[in-house]
Amino acid sequence: MSEPLIEISALSKVFQRDSVEVRALDRVDMQVFPGDFVCLMGPSGSGKSTLLNIIAGVDRPSEGSVIVAGESLNEMSEDELAAWRNHHVGFVFQHFNLIPVLTAFENVELPLLLTSLSKKERREHVTTAMELVGLTDRMDHYPRQLSGGQEQRVAIARAIVTDPTCVLADEPTGDLDAHSAREVLEVLKGLNEQFKKTIMMVTHDPHAAAYASTRYQLEKGVFSKEGARQTV
Amino acid sequence: MKIPLRYNLRSLLVRWVGTLMTAIGIGLTVAIFIVMNALVNGLDSTFVQTGRENQLVIIRQGSLAETNSYFDRGLYETVRLLDGIAHDKSGQPLASGEITVIINHPRLTGESANVLIRGVSDMAFAVRPEVKITSGRKFRDGLRELVVSQSLANRFQNMQIGKTIHIGRSDWRVVGLMEAGGTAYDSEIWADYEDVAQEWDRPIYSSILVRANDAKAAESLTKRIKDDQRINLQALDQKTYFKDQMVSSIGIKALGLFIAVVMGIGSCFAAMNMMYSAVMGRMKEVGTLRALGFKRRSILSSFLVESVILALAGGILGCLMALPLHGLSTGTANFISFSEVLFHFRITPTILLKGLAFAAIVGVLGGILPARRAARIKLVEVLRD
Repeated sequence: MSEPLIEISALSKVFQRDSVEVRALDRVDMQVFPGDFVCLMGPSGSGKSTLLNIIAGVDRPSEGSVIVAGESLNEMSEDELAAWRNHHVGFVFQHFNLIPVLTAFENVELPLLLTSLSKKERREHVTTAMELVGLTDRMDHYPRQLSGGQEQRVAIARAIVTDPTCVLADEPTGDLDAHSAREVLEVLKGLNEQFKKTIMMVTHDPHAAAYASTRYQLEKGVFSKEGARQTV
Repeated sequence: MKIPLRYNLRSLLVRWVGTLMTAIGIGLTVAIFIVMNALVNGLDSTFVQTGRENQLVIIRQGSLAETNSYFDRGLYETVRLLDGIAHDKSGQPLASGEITVIINHPRLTGESANVLIRGVSDMAFAVRPEVKITSGRKFRDGLRELVVSQSLANRFQNMQIGKTIHIGRSDWRVVGLMEAGGTAYDSEIWADYEDVAQEWDRPIYSSILVRANDAKAAESLTKRIKDDQRINLQALDQKTYFKDQMVSSIGIKALGLFIAVVMGIGSCFAAMNMMYSAVMGRMKEVGTLRALGFKRRSILSSFLVESVILALAGGILGCLMALPLHGLSTGTANFISFSEVLFHFRITPTILLKGLAFAAIVGVLGGILPARRAARIKLVEVLRD
């Protein structure tokens, strides 16, 4: 078996809410391998989004270590994490998080502005990403001119345009109707199967979870015994 | 590469009502700033433009201005024959003995102001080629006639050609209007020397304006007059003499600075308010940009740039609001002669650039805290919301 792409050891996250200590993650261990399509499931407050945010370098653990693509996130500064995210992580949000005043093309181009690519190269990359999500005819549309499903596909294009090490999706279908959700999940599945993209997805939805190759079930900050790692 | 400028421009356009209101607010401040500068510049340039190279204003020692200087007529004969004074074509020394008196006269608006009357001979015109009679004719001696500057005629009662003014003990008739190329002489009334001296019973001179042959001659004339204890006069470079009267604009400068600072602070708060609301409304966008890999300083500079763009838009509005005032004439008291000095608002490209720089400073000061707020968001919290 190849080296794990994401390796999490004894990871804990503790929040202080007023005087109460909330343990969102409690000594979690996890390994994700290149090309995996991992789904994190669990009820609200089980710690799945927290885990995803820590892997994305958006949040920091209280204890334990996170190594992604051979780099330990624990020691990085805020700015180093920002640069690291740009290089390694494609993030897909539940509410799409497109910039409303930028067109679909400009939204997808955003992460590339942090690279050294020329304008022409950026255009090529954006066009390729938009082709992969099937929206080349919507490049000049503003988010408000797109349907929810299309917005999320633009967000996926933005997440993959830098060819990141992994795509992290937090409830990517949470705001979508069944039809749009299916479209988005097909896109993610396609990326995983055709381009061997490693995908980690948080979801409530069992239909969405069915697209993943590996499922984890989180409950109260720990992986439940039966759901620790189910390979489909 | 930084966050693209179009993101800021379009964000400002999307909130166009707030943007416009803030820009108008900043614009008004910038307009006031420009007007104050134009006022000071107009007044200063009136004095700076007055005077020619190698000309000397000779007044009594210890006097600050012609208006509080007087000396015996005989000294005029002594001075005009000194070496180094230039001569006109007919061989006359270019030295103009003059008397100045101040009258109080009502403006067109009703209130009164001090106006300077200069009693002169033909030589006064020879040493001041910039003074030209633009309509009517020159005064004739013995007839109590006046030539009034066009600017005064526009602002004071009965100073138009054909009108009569009662000054001293007599009625004086306006027979001509003159212009003096934006110099201090544009705020004066000229009349025959003898008429003025008689009217006020002052057989004296206030000043002598002489033209020296060259700079060296001017220098030695100055020294010669200073060193001659018998004549008790001083010779001042004409340009310097008028430049020193720029002290008149100090009050306006201080007031202008005060108003600009107070309004500037107000505008900073307006910009700050607008930018805070922009930042608060765009927290999710900021979080997204940070999640995509944009660093804190990119966020900071992006919002700061947005604030400066907003303020510069206000600055441009301010320039447009102030421009129509260019050339408008107004008057103030000359603190040296205590007479009215008339001048034009002078809006120059430099003043407009200063106005824009002022706006940019308002933008930076107003934007810095909101931009810092945006740069320091807690990423997890913003994304969770």
